[in-house]
Amino acid sequence: MSVEFDIGQHVLVPKHEILPKEKAREVLERYRISPHQLPLIKSSDPVVKAIGAKPGDILQITRNSPTAGRAIAYRYVIEE
Amino acid sequence: MIMMRIPKLIDHVDFGMMSPDEIRKISVTKIVTADTYDEDGYPIERGLMDSRLGVVDPGLRCRTCGARAGDCPGHFGHVELARPVANVGHIDTIYNCLRATCRKCGRVLLAEPKHEEYYKRITEMREARQKWWEMTNKIVRSASTTEKCPHCGEKQAPLKFEKPTSFVEGRNRLTPSDVRERLERITNEDVMLLGINPKVARPEWMVLTALPVSPVTVRPSITLESGVRSEDDLTHKLVDIIRINQRLSENIEAGAPHLIVEDLWELLQYHVTTYFDNGVSGIPPARHRSGRVLRTLAQRLRGKEGRFRGNLSGKRVDFSARTVISPDPNISINEIGVPEYIARILSVPVRATEHDIEDLRNLIRRGPDIYPGANCMISPDGKRYDLRYADREELAKTIEPGFIVERHLMDGDIVMFNRQPSLHRMSIMAHEVRVLPGRTFRLNLSVCPPYNADFDGDEMNVHAPQHEEAQAEARILMKVQEQIISPRFGGPIIGGIQDHITGAYLLTRKGTLLTKEQSQQLLAAGGIFTDLPKPAVKEKGTEYWIGKQIFSMLLPKGLNLTFKAKICENCARCKKEECEIDAYVVIRDGQLLHGVIDARSYKALDRCEVLDRIVKDYGTTAAREFLDRATKLSIAAAAMLGFTTSIDDEDIPPEANERISEVLDDVREKVNKLIKIYDAGELEPFPGRSLRETLEMRIMEVLAGGRDRAGEIAEKYLGLDNNAVIMARTGARGSMLNLTQMAACVGQQSVRGERLSRGYRGRTLPHFKSGNLGAEARGFVSSSYKDGLRPLEFFFHAMGGREGLVDTAVRTAQSGYMQRRLINALQDLRVEYDGTVRDDRGAVVQFAYGEDGVDPAHSDNGKAVNVEKIIERVVG
Repeated sequence: MSVEFDIGQHVLVPKHEILPKEKAREVLERYRISPHQLPLIKSSDPVVKAIGAKPGDILQITRNSPTAGRAIAYRYVIEE
Repeated sequence: MIMMRIPKLIDHVDFGMMSPDEIRKISVTKIVTADTYDEDGYPIERGLMDSRLGVVDPGLRCRTCGARAGDCPGHFGHVELARPVANVGHIDTIYNCLRATCRKCGRVLLAEPKHEEYYKRITEMREARQKWWEMTNKIVRSASTTEKCPHCGEKQAPLKFEKPTSFVEGRNRLTPSDVRERLERITNEDVMLLGINPKVARPEWMVLTALPVSPVTVRPSITLESGVRSEDDLTHKLVDIIRINQRLSENIEAGAPHLIVEDLWELLQYHVTTYFDNGVSGIPPARHRSGRVLRTLAQRLRGKEGRFRGNLSGKRVDFSARTVISPDPNISINEIGVPEYIARILSVPVRATEHDIEDLRNLIRRGPDIYPGANCMISPDGKRYDLRYADREELAKTIEPGFIVERHLMDGDIVMFNRQPSLHRMSIMAHEVRVLPGRTFRLNLSVCPPYNADFDGDEMNVHAPQHEEAQAEARILMKVQEQIISPRFGGPIIGGIQDHITGAYLLTRKGTLLTKEQSQQLLAAGGIFTDLPKPAVKEKGTEYWIGKQIFSMLLPKGLNLTFKAKICENCARCKKEECEIDAYVVIRDGQLLHGVIDARSYKALDRCEVLDRIVKDYGTTAAREFLDRATKLSIAAAAMLGFTTSIDDEDIPPEANERISEVLDDVREKVNKLIKIYDAGELEPFPGRSLRETLEMRIMEVLAGGRDRAGEIAEKYLGLDNNAVIMARTGARGSMLNLTQMAACVGQQSVRGERLSRGYRGRTLPHFKSGNLGAEARGFVSSSYKDGLRPLEFFFHAMGGREGLVDTAVRTAQSGYMQRRLINALQDLRVEYDGTVRDDRGAVVQFAYGEDGVDPAHSDNGKAVNVEKIIERVVG
């Protein structure tokens, strides 16, 4: 495996994006929750490292779903 | 922004042991005498029933907390043991501690580098909140094999554990005092290596010097009718302990010989051991004078009837009843037949208002024994009047608006009906009461599938909700008609079964002509009393109605459906309305124009086109009415048109039998040929298979083909004029495979998906030569069930049949455990009003339920939109 292997290109890895601060606030307001009530993801997670997210960021994940076709989920990056 | 405030967060829970000091600190009194009561029946001070330990007798007050019986939780006392004794509950840990530490200096028997390393690992794991105590086993194993102490150089004598509570080192038996001394020597640092957290427990606490005496509330004495007091098993055991303890301390003080003291000490150990657990192996269980084994502390907790499984996970409730169930096709699916005997005992509280006060007065006058009556009356100030013993005429006069009357269960009340195992939410549904004669609960046959009930002796439970809010909730959410659609697959789980399907088919198939009388008879059975439509056929002056017209009268106006019935043969080119067997169903504006009604239309757990449509488009009430009427009508139709089945339904003509045996001979020949090719080594293996596997697969293929061909021949003679075939093809009961197995050939028997091969070496039975791979030798049953199986075939059949039984038994156990774990994991999740799935902390689990936010019970085949349906509705 080469060093530059991009895990984001793998079929089993859904698209992860860092939400801009403004968007992240909107998400939290939409669901009326604190960041810790979101599903969590460790900062040591390979995808988090790959896209360079930092603890405190909120990721938007776009997955393929057998029921909805495309489903959007959010995760809160926490320290290892 | 935070939805829920959590008042207190539990950070962690510690489990520890009580130190002797703690035991003395919580103790309200030292117990010194083994006596309980004096001659006047009063508790003896410092005795086992000391009134400071709590109260159980009504009227008395607790001398510790001042509360009355019921409010006083009880308080611990203690016994000072003359000599220490080991606690059986911790004996394994004691053993571990003893053999892993030096007999002299008390350090863990590990050399410094290893010792250090383990200590570091454990400290790290503790900081990471991992299960650090799971390291102990490894440490003990390596430490206990050390022969010389790496710290002080002492040679380690081998230590043996003798069940249940003693230790032998070399030739000496260690006394509990010796054990305790050794445990005391272990340092706090070393104790961690042994899996004990020194902040909450010290190893020497596992050897008791003071014994807590449980509060009397835990071991209440019972006063029998004769006035004789009978003490609890725990009290008996404590009496033994105190007696021996006393004798022991007397003997020690008197300077009795060593031997006597040791004997008494051992006896004390026995009593304390059995006080904790009367089921330890290695010693005889302590018995009552009558010979009954005593039920001590461990026995109270353990097992199916113990505190956990019996009282905490499985509580018993009031306002419930249980009896055998039996069928009643004449009541609605929403109803349940309740025996009068049960209706007299279960009650519903009703608050008197000026509107119903007269009725309630009458109920009170009738009392608890005459059926529609009442059991109890409660005045607004909370006083209860039991109508069994009161002057009911007098009470009836005093009642005013605001009083509550607990009246008997009556027709129309709502109750919850349940059959175990309660595997899904349809296992408890709300029914309306119909009080009926007899001693069984009666239920409509259509609600058997959701409960998975039959009438071979099944029992079910009824619960009567006691509050208007609970009753309303049950009515709105739990009533049977609200549960017709299963959330599991989005289709009806309640529908027609067995005869309902046959009857509907007989009624709606081509050629069913009914006279006016017959038509009205059927409609009356179905509960329809509107006028008949115009007759479809007129012959020689008599008017005839076709069955489809009659069935159409149940369908709601405006219902449009087109689908293929269950009996459809899936022809290459569908002739639609011209179908010979009438399998193309067309319903227009609530009129059944073409096709037959069968399993595809309204069978439970099937596609259920008609019922499904009615529930989703016309509502649950319309669906319940349809189902109630359709089932009754179908049964009446089957009774009127006549339906029976017997073994001669599987008769086939001799020429068919001849052709079947030809096919079977051919198959046998083919198998032999395959074996010959294999023996000659000319068989071409399948990719990735060995020669033997290839041969088996080819043979299985040929034999399965043989049975199918034999079945096909038989099927040619089994047409829809045959009652057994009607049941199979309409989906009412049985399958065509069942029929061809009876009529033509049973086929290959298998165990683990392979032909039978086990038994003797290289053969299944001694009747065959070793290595015979032929059809008969490996469990091919060429007879039919009707002709009967030959002895060898019968044996093979039993082998296959046994595997089936074992499989079902194993499967239920496995899936039950799987379901339990799933439920435990998911029980706190719920769908919030914003469509998200959240846990009990309000943390999001799914951002939309099922990712698409669709409730399967309110969707078509799990999809949010049924495009076909909309097109059909718009285009016409």
